[in-house]
Amino acid sequence: MSYVLIVGAKSDIAKATAREYAKNGYDLYLAGRNISELENLANDIRVRTQKEVELLELDILEYESHHSFYEQLEEKPLGVISAVGYLGDQEKAQSDFSEARKIMDTNYTGVVSLFNIIADDFAKRGSGFIVGISSVAGDRGRKSNYLYGSAKAGLTAYLSGLRNRLYDARVQVLTVKPGFVATRMTENMDLPEKLTAQPEAVAEDIYSAQQKGKNVVYTKWFWKYIMMIIKIIPEWKFKRMSI
Amino acid sequence: MTCTAWGMYPKIECEKLHFSTKEALRKIIHNKQELIPYGNGRSYGDSALNHNIIEVKPHNYFLGFDEDKGLLHVEAGVLLSEILEHFVPRGWFLKVTPGTKLITVGGAIASDVHGKNHHIAGCFSECIADFNIMSAEGKIIFCSREQTPDLFKATCGGMGLTGVILDARIYLKKINSKYIDQTTIKTKNLKETFAAFESYKDKPYSVAWIDCLAKGDERGRCLLMVGDFRDDGKLDYKIKKQKSIPFNFPGFALNNWTVRAFNWLYYGKARKGVSHQKVDIDTFFYPLDAIDHWNQIYGKKGFTQYQFILPRETSYEGLEEILTTISKSGKGSFLAVLKLYGKANENWLSFPMEGYSLALDFKMEKGLFSLLDKLDEIVVRNHGRIYLTKDVNVSKETFEKGYPHIETFRQYRKKNKMDEKFQSLQSKRVGI
Repeated sequence: MSYVLIVGAKSDIAKATAREYAKNGYDLYLAGRNISELENLANDIRVRTQKEVELLELDILEYESHHSFYEQLEEKPLGVISAVGYLGDQEKAQSDFSEARKIMDTNYTGVVSLFNIIADDFAKRGSGFIVGISSVAGDRGRKSNYLYGSAKAGLTAYLSGLRNRLYDARVQVLTVKPGFVATRMTENMDLPEKLTAQPEAVAEDIYSAQQKGKNVVYTKWFWKYIMMIIKIIPEWKFKRMSI
Repeated sequence: MTCTAWGMYPKIECEKLHFSTKEALRKIIHNKQELIPYGNGRSYGDSALNHNIIEVKPHNYFLGFDEDKGLLHVEAGVLLSEILEHFVPRGWFLKVTPGTKLITVGGAIASDVHGKNHHIAGCFSECIADFNIMSAEGKIIFCSREQTPDLFKATCGGMGLTGVILDARIYLKKINSKYIDQTTIKTKNLKETFAAFESYKDKPYSVAWIDCLAKGDERGRCLLMVGDFRDDGKLDYKIKKQKSIPFNFPGFALNNWTVRAFNWLYYGKARKGVSHQKVDIDTFFYPLDAIDHWNQIYGKKGFTQYQFILPRETSYEGLEEILTTISKSGKGSFLAVLKLYGKANENWLSFPMEGYSLALDFKMEKGLFSLLDKLDEIVVRNHGRIYLTKDVNVSKETFEKGYPHIETFRQYRKKNKMDEKFQSLQSKRVGI
């Protein structure tokens, strides 16, 4: 058993994470929509590391397909990492429910559907790791992105419960909470340079936290303290703020 | 957005242009004027700066490796460090590497970089099989020494002024250890330093750290380090985590006295005469890469690295005059690097020629540029030249005198309309 499954593989964090795991000796299943677009990345990783890289078509919103997706894997993965994420358009989502729903379904429902299946298998097997990339946006709802934030909050709570359930089965569940990351998802946002991490740095943090058996990791590390402060602001004050 | 390079001087407002596909790059080239490709920002001055810079570093896919030939195909944004990380453990090393591994392959080609083995192996262009480049007209041109000799000679060392390099195939060299057997020779003055270089010139790698604040009889004293790879099969190379200089040091932190003290300690710690050490790749080739943002020790005004080369015949007198001038000025740095180079190649703007090159750092301060002008004058009088990759100050007249093929390069740019698209602050200053 040598494979790690990365879903949402087309995201920049996923690409960096894929390289990080391959570099450390793992073979890869990379799953996502129109996955053939990742042929160049797969080749890149093979040339760099001489590891196996398989591309698998997966639509996180096609819940019915998730069973057969997982069944088809002849060799089951050692662990799974979800980098699925859809920021969406907050303003549009406030009045257009289809946008709101896409945000919720991508960030929460889709991941839950797939993780439920994998969790059952890992629980039976009594080994494995499940890594969910959530977000600091899930720690507290803010007007600028609370639909995305609430979906990520759901995911964070789900992962926490899953961790609790799988503890006895010795399956690790890691919640990753990135802050600002310089990716395609954020390329049109004006992010403060000092607080913005490169995807490679996030990937290193994910790998290292997973290998150390951690439960929750903020990346970069200082977000833990930023969010600690944001969480203790009383609601009567917070509701008046623009952050 | 503010853009700068490794010397943190100058800092200018610029637009960083990203492209995801070749079509997108074609559009950028079509729509914009005054573009310059930008890699990892490790050239020191203004050679990769302009109001529009094209970000090449995100294009960092490895494309293929032919194990039999040792031929590696990568996109231009791949860092040399990435190549080392994956290929040293498999017994491969760069044929030519500069003193930092944190540069892109595209940048290595554009600067036609060289390293401690220049006297044996030449410049980076020696290890290039071929590359693809997008021209001023948006065409992708396959370039090799044989098929497009002019484009090859213009692009290697051409400072990004001939187009945007997309990918390249480079030859690696076989090694059987991550360790180097190093010999350190401590000399007492410039005469001894030259003699040491001559007597160790068969060693594949050599470089000297020179104390340029030493005066009188001690002028030109150095630690010459020479070496070659061991053959012990130990290849478990890992990239070390960098230590970081988290903020700019205050400008006064480095002054004549602190630098003098450092030099005294550094020189003093080496054993007298000849000594032997076993060191790893990073210690030998990339000592400064161990510290992230070491450029910040010079303070927020930034610094420059002044690097020139003098032909062998004039090297001794020229260097003596330059060292005297620097020592008198009281400006100077702990990083002064001297090296004996091999023969020049055919590329039109490549820096190396047979002779001695000295590179030294100066922090930006009042009076620096007039000192550099003075040094320029000595370099020109001794038929030397200035390295564009480091430069931030050289005048058109001084620059031209050092590079005999400059007109060929200019005409070639003009004929292919490259000058209408690709320009840096430096290319405008020196009129190329």
